[in-house]
Amino acid sequence: MEPSLSFFSDFNINDFWFLGQAAVRTLWISLLSISLGTVLGIFFGWALYEGKLAATLTLAPLLDVFRSVPLIIQLVLFYNFAPIMGLNLDPFGSGVVILTIYTSALVANVARGGIEAVGKPLRNAARSLGISYWQDLRYIVFPIGGRAVFPAWVGVALGVMKDSALVSVLGYVELLKASQILITRTQEPFLILIVAGAFYFALSYPISRYAANLEKSWAQ
Amino acid sequence: MIQIRDLHKYFGPLHVLKGINLEVKKGEVLSVIGSSGSGKSTLLYCINGLETIQKGDIIVNDIHVHAKQTNLNQVRQKMGMVFQQWNSFPHLTAVENVALAPKIVKGKSKAEARKIALSQLEHVGLLDKVDAYPNALSGGQQQRLAIARALAMEPDYMLFDEATSALDPELVGEVLDTMRLLAEEGMTMICVTHEMSFARDVSDRVAFFHDGVMEEIGSPSQIFGAPQSEHTRKFLAKVR
Repeated sequence: MEPSLSFFSDFNINDFWFLGQAAVRTLWISLLSISLGTVLGIFFGWALYEGKLAATLTLAPLLDVFRSVPLIIQLVLFYNFAPIMGLNLDPFGSGVVILTIYTSALVANVARGGIEAVGKPLRNAARSLGISYWQDLRYIVFPIGGRAVFPAWVGVALGVMKDSALVSVLGYVELLKASQILITRTQEPFLILIVAGAFYFALSYPISRYAANLEKSWAQ
Repeated sequence: MIQIRDLHKYFGPLHVLKGINLEVKKGEVLSVIGSSGSGKSTLLYCINGLETIQKGDIIVNDIHVHAKQTNLNQVRQKMGMVFQQWNSFPHLTAVENVALAPKIVKGKSKAEARKIALSQLEHVGLLDKVDAYPNALSGGQQQRLAIARALAMEPDYMLFDEATSALDPELVGEVLDTMRLLAEEGMTMICVTHEMSFARDVSDRVAFFHDGVMEEIGSPSQIFGAPQSEHTRKFLAKVR
């Protein structure tokens, strides 16, 4: 008697399409978290630099917690405890919230470093021309400090993109989760992990190339 | 006119300026000499409002610089300042360095600001470096750029804080020449300097600072020819 039923089937072109869609979800959740987290992180970095007592006492330890606790623990805790506080977020929403805070905690220190890199004498020179505090931040500190810490920021962004794989533990079907589903069905982990890895690379590589070109154009 | 009355400045427990009284009239060139740590640079920072003061008053064009209601950004437009480190904005070309403040502080249009910048670059002899970035300029050129940048705001006063001290010896001349040019054009200048020949030849008055006190002020011939204070004599003997 021949076996008439198989639980497994081969990897096919539809699966490739399935992974592609998952890669778009990875890109989307990363893009959102990195953008929001960067804006928030720059603000935090500024607050840390200005060293207002409140920021040093409350913000700095809080950011340390988010930087130090493994992301996977933060995700699971937030996803399960948010409903208790009346926040009913789907896996995507929870993922964005935690990834954004996590990104902002990392970017905060990068941003503070950027502001420190500009240095008081240069800022004094700007202020001596009648340039206001906010104009100084906008026209002097942001462009100069931003360039100084841009490579560090790219590192954070690429890291967060890869870390977004952890949102899969909440059931969000991004690249890693999608490959796990396919591996279960096809029993071809080697092939599928290579394809998934290639997708991650395809997402990261343009960013690092673009960043490298940007840095080159700044170097004059 | 710049009026300084009984000015006291502390850095923590350190008493840096101990009751300075000084008036600088329109068109006057004042050189401030003295050894490092005598408080002469701090004086400039206080005049510009970059440092707070603890006692006394600084009045520029009848405006009390350190009064609470004073808009420092407005006062500073009237006082150009040139620092020991030239502090060019590294991400902007020479012309953009000079045009920035007229554009964002005075609200000039891009074309107007560029025109002002070009005329000031010509003024300091940098017209051939208009589109160069600061890292392609020598120290002397960057310092002249800093002077052009300050002049673009059409200040009534120029404050020079050891403008040539950080320069290689062969680059000092071009910056001093630019400062001389300004003096000849009638700019009111306070120059903290270690260049005794500049102080002697260009200034109307020379002030000698020692340990936070203005020990002596007078014409160059009097300060250099017949100094009254013991400290002045010792200082001049050392720098000569």
